[in-house]
Amino acid sequence: MEFVRKWVQTVAGFLMNGYWLFPWTRNIYQGPLKVLCAPGLNCYSCPAATTCCPLGALQQLLGGVRLAIASGQYFFGWYIVGAMGLMGGFLGRMICGWACPFGFCQELLHKLPSPKFEIPRGLRHLKFAILLLFVILLPLLAVDEFGLGSPWFCKYICPAGTLEAGVPLLILQPGLRETIGFLFFSKFVIMTAFIAWAVMASRPFCRVACPLGAFYALFGKVRAVRLRLDAHKCTNCNACHQVCPMGVKFNESPDDTECIACLACMHQACKFDAISLEFCGLPLTGARGKRLAATEKTG
Amino acid sequence: MSENRKPGRKPDQTIDKAPLWLSLFFLALLLIGIAIDEPGRVLEQARQICLSCIGVG
Repeated sequence: MEFVRKWVQTVAGFLMNGYWLFPWTRNIYQGPLKVLCAPGLNCYSCPAATTCCPLGALQQLLGGVRLAIASGQYFFGWYIVGAMGLMGGFLGRMICGWACPFGFCQELLHKLPSPKFEIPRGLRHLKFAILLLFVILLPLLAVDEFGLGSPWFCKYICPAGTLEAGVPLLILQPGLRETIGFLFFSKFVIMTAFIAWAVMASRPFCRVACPLGAFYALFGKVRAVRLRLDAHKCTNCNACHQVCPMGVKFNESPDDTECIACLACMHQACKFDAISLEFCGLPLTGARGKRLAATEKTG
Repeated sequence: MSENRKPGRKPDQTIDKAPLWLSLFFLALLLIGIAIDEPGRVLEQARQICLSCIGVG
């Protein structure tokens, strides 16, 4: 299953970054596909990006809400919040585990040999503050003399933007190099810090600072596709603790908002069929699926 | 045996409708956005390099 997940992550990454003419055009993709909302964190200023980043688009819409209202357009981010909510309602943070290019990058970085460390659990709450403050409130309320807000998260924090767009565009467009200053260097430091952290800890950005992950985490208890624990079968051997890339103790908190449904606990750890995948309460795989597979094998 | 093979739900299993209602709510938001041409504005923004977003300029 891990092999399948890696393939899905790769394909999703290519679908969201499918414009490979950028080395020749030296510009970003500007076609109609950019109206589509990427499920994961993927900067739309990345030269290869074929879709728009939901967080970037939302901040831009919220930042321009005063000007939009003044011109009779009620652009409050309906389309983006609707798209994000639709994906969140069905899959929740499963998107982080299966379709986020930046999450995939962090997983690959974590495979590099190095000392490995755990991330303090308390830090997980920081991403909700970043979502509220940097993605919603500051773009909406901190406006310039023209009534225009900035995309605060993208501008001051987002390491995905620096990695996927900032650095490649500086290489592709030498003219931009003269314009870099403190802002770029501060973001470069943030990006480098998260890359180094990702080598030593599993998915640090997803767990600590990703506002998109925080949004999807809000659907932790009500998403359609989710993992379920069969308490009668669980022996509390804690094997699921060892394999979870998000530090979830699944047998203790099966509805944990950090769960990215990577299925590692179900396929790599649990020997007692205590964990299954369900859709709106109906079993998809797991105990019943394994029983069925065994029954089919034995005829 | 044949009962085991038949996919579907057991008698005591109920469909959890909350995610479906929630998804319906967000689908409505999405459609409102499309109706007022918000995707046009999104496309307009996404076609430009956001210099401040990437920390350049």
